[in-house]
Amino acid sequence: MSHIKIELRKEDVDFIKGVCATFNNDPQELINVLHSCQEHFGYLPAEVQEVVSDGLNMPVAKIYGVVTFYSFFTMTPKGKHPISICLGTACYVRGAEKVLEEFKKELGIQVGESTKDNKFSLSSLRCVGACGLAPVVLVGDKTYGRVAPDDVKNILKEYE
Amino acid sequence: MSKYSMHLLVCGGTGCHASESDAIVCNLRDELEAKGLMDTVQVIMTGCFGFCEKGPIVKVMPDNTFYVQVKPEDAQTIVEEHVIKGRKVTRLLYKDPVTRESISDSKHMGFFKKQLRIVLRNCGFINPENIDEYIARDGYLALGKVLTEMTPEEVIKEVKASGQRGRGGAGFSTGLKWELARKNQSDEKYVVCNADEGDPGAFMDRSVLEGDPHSVLEAMAICGYSIGAGNGLIYIRAEYPLAIERLKIAINQARENGLLGDNIFGTGFSFDIKLRYGAGAFVCGEETALIHSMEGLRGEPTVKPPFPAESGYNGKPTNVNNVETFAAIPAIILKGAKWFASIGTEKSKGTKVFALAGKINNVGLIEVPMGTTLREVIFEIGGGIRNGKKFKGIQTGGPSGGCLSEKHLDTPIDFDNLIAAGSIMGSGAMIVLDEDDCMVSMAKFFLEFTVEESCGKCAPCRIGNKRLHELLGQICEGKGTLADLDRLKNMSIVIKDTALCGLGQTSPNPVLSMMDNYYDEYVAHVTDKKCPAGQCKSLMEYVINPDNCVGCTACARVCPVNAISGERKEVHHIDPAICIKCGACMEKCKFDAIFIN
Repeated sequence: MSHIKIELRKEDVDFIKGVCATFNNDPQELINVLHSCQEHFGYLPAEVQEVVSDGLNMPVAKIYGVVTFYSFFTMTPKGKHPISICLGTACYVRGAEKVLEEFKKELGIQVGESTKDNKFSLSSLRCVGACGLAPVVLVGDKTYGRVAPDDVKNILKEYE
Repeated sequence: MSKYSMHLLVCGGTGCHASESDAIVCNLRDELEAKGLMDTVQVIMTGCFGFCEKGPIVKVMPDNTFYVQVKPEDAQTIVEEHVIKGRKVTRLLYKDPVTRESISDSKHMGFFKKQLRIVLRNCGFINPENIDEYIARDGYLALGKVLTEMTPEEVIKEVKASGQRGRGGAGFSTGLKWELARKNQSDEKYVVCNADEGDPGAFMDRSVLEGDPHSVLEAMAICGYSIGAGNGLIYIRAEYPLAIERLKIAINQARENGLLGDNIFGTGFSFDIKLRYGAGAFVCGEETALIHSMEGLRGEPTVKPPFPAESGYNGKPTNVNNVETFAAIPAIILKGAKWFASIGTEKSKGTKVFALAGKINNVGLIEVPMGTTLREVIFEIGGGIRNGKKFKGIQTGGPSGGCLSEKHLDTPIDFDNLIAAGSIMGSGAMIVLDEDDCMVSMAKFFLEFTVEESCGKCAPCRIGNKRLHELLGQICEGKGTLADLDRLKNMSIVIKDTALCGLGQTSPNPVLSMMDNYYDEYVAHVTDKKCPAGQCKSLMEYVINPDNCVGCTACARVCPVNAISGERKEVHHIDPAICIKCGACMEKCKFDAIFIN
């Protein structure tokens, strides 16, 4: 599993147990439970999955199977400002790859990695449905449309 | 709504929302407030108008004025000029790209002229967060009619007679699907709405849910009544936060108004709807995979039969329909099957919503009668290819579909014609490609998607697509041979024949259709080691034209790997062995002396 070992505080454990309880500790609600946990912790480390396993009374292996199956769930923490570049078809044909290259160059990280100061992380996603604005970049909740490689520096500046 | 003499409709779809349309709403309200006009002019945030290319959109009713690319600071001008003085703000009007004339009424825009809006009938007209506006446009009337005047069998008969086929991609008869679900006896049945629009470049379902969520809720209740189900589930992508928010509001409002819940309209029929979230897996659009995902499992498909109509969610009979399929149902019930069946082609009835994107002038959401040709869609509605480039192809049906070329432009679009042409309808994504797009790279791009999204359960999809992707990669790098082209084709056919689910069976479609329609381009990659579109980096060679080069040294200075040599004021030379094809020199050259061979 994840190489990152974390120690959950008691309130964290209580939070996870609470989430499971709001979903009636029903294993069928696993995906909803994981959504709530990821929203809270930012990612789903093995330790969180273990508590969920306890709460929903199901094997942790099953939970790991689900977490790794869906691209929305991640076991590595994201940066303070997660950057996602849309690589859906519409963005791809309008040059999203060059924008991604520029971000990699500027930040010095690859897709799936975070900067050393944990300020930015880089990921790619498939279509946010704002194809009219292609190519699209998301930083946190903010959407940037019609992004050209030259805009990358200015976008990053906003978060300094 | 009568107390207002004017309405300002502001698009609140994801695209316009991202361009600060909520700030436009705030500013408009502030301006109206300042001028004391809040009681006569109403500002409404609606769902998507469809014309995403020129968003954010503000439409003024009743005179139908259509303002494009509005900025928050334009609010003052709109209020002072249009609202108070009755003068249209010319600079915000849409300009016809050919005649350069301003068009104020959206009805006269090429983008809207050929459209017929059934599914999108309310998108851009009503405030999706207010159930009264939906009801004012005959909302929930179809549900009332069904519950009080029709038997479940009659409803199914009507839907069957309309000839509607599932809009999710496979094109199975909606009425027949309902009939099968009705026939299977059980203490519990489920109605599921598939809103897991994972197809990149598709935003039809999202726009319907954001712009007119009640139409889907109403249709699900109608379906529940028809098949004998009391529970509805909407499986929606977690990537669509705005659609989720509006659905939640809509479900609550419907419950408060007694349109969902126990004893609807006092008829004894009870029906309620819950939301289930996806988590980013394309394969979950396949109905058996979707059902497993709703059960909290990995979204892996299973062999059919048993079909969900026999054994679906929790092993109970389940009817799964797509958002767009549902959204048309209230209209079919109210206007009648005959009316719906009069639109479209012989075997594909009604209209279809398409998300038009890529290298096209008017990116957006359109709805046209089945049987409209690709030429009409691309050149009349879509306004042609961007930057005056040449049309090369159009990918329909997303990564599971195929790429159609110039020779298919006059094909009337319907389920069967698209299959005959080597593509599929799919959910309705249309990506337009121009002369700069390489068809080998495009196929590789789609395969990369399929490889990433394959659930891994069956070998043909898991291993076969990986091999296809590798072969395409080699061809792009100039390492392919003619034998590889045969290999690509044979392997594609095997995957189509042997994969477990719809995702696997359709995944080689881009390869097959692109090899069919652009074979010469594939051959050029393997025999001449050339990429005619100039997209494959490994096959490019940057060359300096000695006639244009003045020896200014700008290119040599910008080259990151020192591949360019030459004395000042003398013709320079690029060493292809060192060149990494970054293109920096070409960008820098002021004399057009550098070109790609």
